[in-house]
Amino acid sequence: MLAQYLVSGVTIGAIYALVALGFAIIYNASHVINFAQGEFVMIGGMTSAVCVEAGLALPLAAAAAILVATLVGMLLEKLAVEPARGASVVTLIIITIGASILLRGLATLVWDKKIHSLPAFSGEQPIAIGAATLLPQVLWVLGVSAAAVALLGWFFNRTLTGKAMLAVSHNRLAARLVGISVRRVLLASFALSAALGALAGILIAPISFTSWDVGVMLGLKGFAAAILGGLGSGPGAVVGGLALGLIESLGAGYLSSAYKDVFAFLIILAALVFLPDGLFGRRAAERV
Amino acid sequence: MLLRAENLSKHFGGVAALQDVALELECGIVHSIIGPNGAGKTTLLNLLCGIYLPDSGRILFEDAPLAGAPHEFAAAGVGRTFQSLQVFFNMSALENVMAGRWQHERCSLLAALLRLPPVAREERRSREAALELLELVGLARWASRASHTLPYGALKRLEIARALGAKPRLLLLDEPAAGLNPTETRDLDRLIREIAARGITVVLVEHNMKLVMELSQHVVVLNYGRKLAEGEPRAVSADPRVVEAYLGCSA
Amino acid sequence: MCSFPTASSAAARPSASRRGLAALALVVALLPLALTNAYTYEIAILVGLNAITCVGLNILIGYAGQISLGHAGFFGLGAYGSAILAARYGVPPLLALAIASGAVGAAAWLIGRPILRLRGHYLAMGTLGMGVIVSVVLATEDRVTGGPDGMPVPPLSVFGYPLSGERTWYWIVAGALICAVALAQNLIESPRGRALRALHGSEIAAGAIGIDAARHKLGAFVLSAVFAAVAGALMAHYSGFITPGKASFLHSIELVTMVVFGGMASTFGAVAGAAVLTTLPQLLTALKEYEMVTLGAVMMLTMIVMPLGLVPTLEKRIAAARGKPV
Repeated sequence: MLAQYLVSGVTIGAIYALVALGFAIIYNASHVINFAQGEFVMIGGMTSAVCVEAGLALPLAAAAAILVATLVGMLLEKLAVEPARGASVVTLIIITIGASILLRGLATLVWDKKIHSLPAFSGEQPIAIGAATLLPQVLWVLGVSAAAVALLGWFFNRTLTGKAMLAVSHNRLAARLVGISVRRVLLASFALSAALGALAGILIAPISFTSWDVGVMLGLKGFAAAILGGLGSGPGAVVGGLALGLIESLGAGYLSSAYKDVFAFLIILAALVFLPDGLFGRRAAERV
Repeated sequence: MLLRAENLSKHFGGVAALQDVALELECGIVHSIIGPNGAGKTTLLNLLCGIYLPDSGRILFEDAPLAGAPHEFAAAGVGRTFQSLQVFFNMSALENVMAGRWQHERCSLLAALLRLPPVAREERRSREAALELLELVGLARWASRASHTLPYGALKRLEIARALGAKPRLLLLDEPAAGLNPTETRDLDRLIREIAARGITVVLVEHNMKLVMELSQHVVVLNYGRKLAEGEPRAVSADPRVVEAYLGCSA
Repeated sequence: MCSFPTASSAAARPSASRRGLAALALVVALLPLALTNAYTYEIAILVGLNAITCVGLNILIGYAGQISLGHAGFFGLGAYGSAILAARYGVPPLLALAIASGAVGAAAWLIGRPILRLRGHYLAMGTLGMGVIVSVVLATEDRVTGGPDGMPVPPLSVFGYPLSGERTWYWIVAGALICAVALAQNLIESPRGRALRALHGSEIAAGAIGIDAARHKLGAFVLSAVFAAVAGALMAHYSGFITPGKASFLHSIELVTMVVFGGMASTFGAVAGAAVLTTLPQLLTALKEYEMVTLGAVMMLTMIVMPLGLVPTLEKRIAAARGKPV
């Protein structure tokens, strides 16, 4: 049993980690918590499912879904976040809440209010490994998530654009002084985190189905994972996501499935009381 | 002795911002803390008002140990202003000073919610006292202005008025003259003398040497987080170590 | 959520706030002329209950500068607490309402002590987690709460006379709202209110003048929780039925949105935000499938055009038109 719980915990944890990374990327660029992050996951899942239903091959459908979500992310930045530049962080957060309602509404208009599913990428035949059995889709989730995380690591540490984005997160003014366009970094951060969200949505759709309103819960969990890990920290988002997935899965398995969210949030609350800046958070020294 | 600090040390990460600094502040005079940038002046000030916890050492205020949160230092009678402005920009100038009087206003939650007559009376008294303080710092005509519309020099004086509202025994001024023009600096000079004349012990952290030499009776020189010298202004400025470490490089 | 600049507005001018209270009373008194049927009364009552919650929440968010994404939890606890005491233990509803609200205040005090040490987004997460826990417990403990399907609630009665009917309830809620606004305004204009606003302006400077940040944040948290609990309990007894949805994360977000939309650090802004965002979805149902899209678009556009929120922005415009400095 334990092995089974661990596998499902790590699987959903990987999805949370991708969503949490999306939160972290936008937070670093703008200090905004993007409450529409879950909608990118929904758009990824729904677009790919609808495309496959229409007869498109899975890889093409996935590519289309990521493209659509990326475009939506960029539009969100261009049409809603950029015009509100100079507004307080809370105002920006309310704008993203409005955007999430708008996007959910659009999803019901463009698609419908039904539940959709995406076929598993390589069949439903379980693979037995020791005591546990694995769905092949689990391997897809873990493999693609790991690859995405590795790619992000390379992007932020090795490429000029990635380094520019990090620079803006550390010191916006200094970044501007060395000639980095903060506007372009903002746009790139929304595009990147939308793509990550969509990827998470595509990967999880064969396991847990998808519909117009799946974004709310996944967004909430992604936010929780990002906070648990320490807001703005990449490794923190990954560890936070996996930890949250495991707590949920073990709590649901051994204690009570109705209370799995309660365990998760109780542990997050306890963690925050002892580590008020998350597991990997930077403690900003007070300077006066 | 109003305040005595014994072997205060403070580290940030691996950096020793302050090492083994002892300080004695005699009652009723103007003290200055000087030193090159990064010498630990603001760190010392933050220790003296409870914003930082010392890694070692202790602070005695009127011979009783003083430790805890900033509001406990304030309750003991330590007031301060800030190098980087910490004005309440969500209030008018008058309200900033009235907020300073918080410790001297009695107001239970219930009385506040129901606006009982004593609260209204207390408010009127507070308003008058705050206006007097604004008068003292020369901001009376801007009393009802939203504080964020005031010029920089006025904001620095507003912080002093707010700190005075708390009726401190010891007032710490963190670079009050920074960014002021010569006229404003002269006004500040007069204001600090007036404050000292009211029996409030003043600690001045300041780069303006003219102001320091004219105002203070006791100067402490910090360098690389250690106390380099202290004494009367004239003696300190003649000390060759001070000239080398501080006046030497700024001349 | 670390710092939100708010206009230093009429907050602390008693005369201005008394005029505002009089204007609100006038609107509330005249509104029944425009309410033609039970449905419009029901919406007005919902506006009033949300407004009471938002007026309290605004003390915490707008004045003390502390976010809460879990206040629907207190709303729900007030509602269920009063409902369970009245329905299962036969406590007179009015007494049940008072006990439940007091108990929620005590719970907020206990929860707030550790949670309010968190700052900004971490505080948002802490309060959010608290709200989710409350809503899951309410939905799961079905023997006590009726579970996801909800539970019936006895009507409010005074000295044995049951209070029912939309008109009666309109005046009950109207009275409660006027009281809530008056209490909030009194607090904000008192030294304690100034201490709260000082914390928001600069926590460091507030400490330096002797304001105990932890104590005052906790006070604002408890007070706002009690406001939410009273509104929740009133809601339960008014509608005669409650479901865990009222304690949900989405309702918490709605409440915060109302406060920010109306204008933070403005009690009348909180009322206006509650009024607009409670009424708008009802009006938009006429748009059927376009309802959500329109609601989202209106929220985004308003916040882009009026980043300070409805009331502070309008106050500024009016003051500018009159040529007075703000």
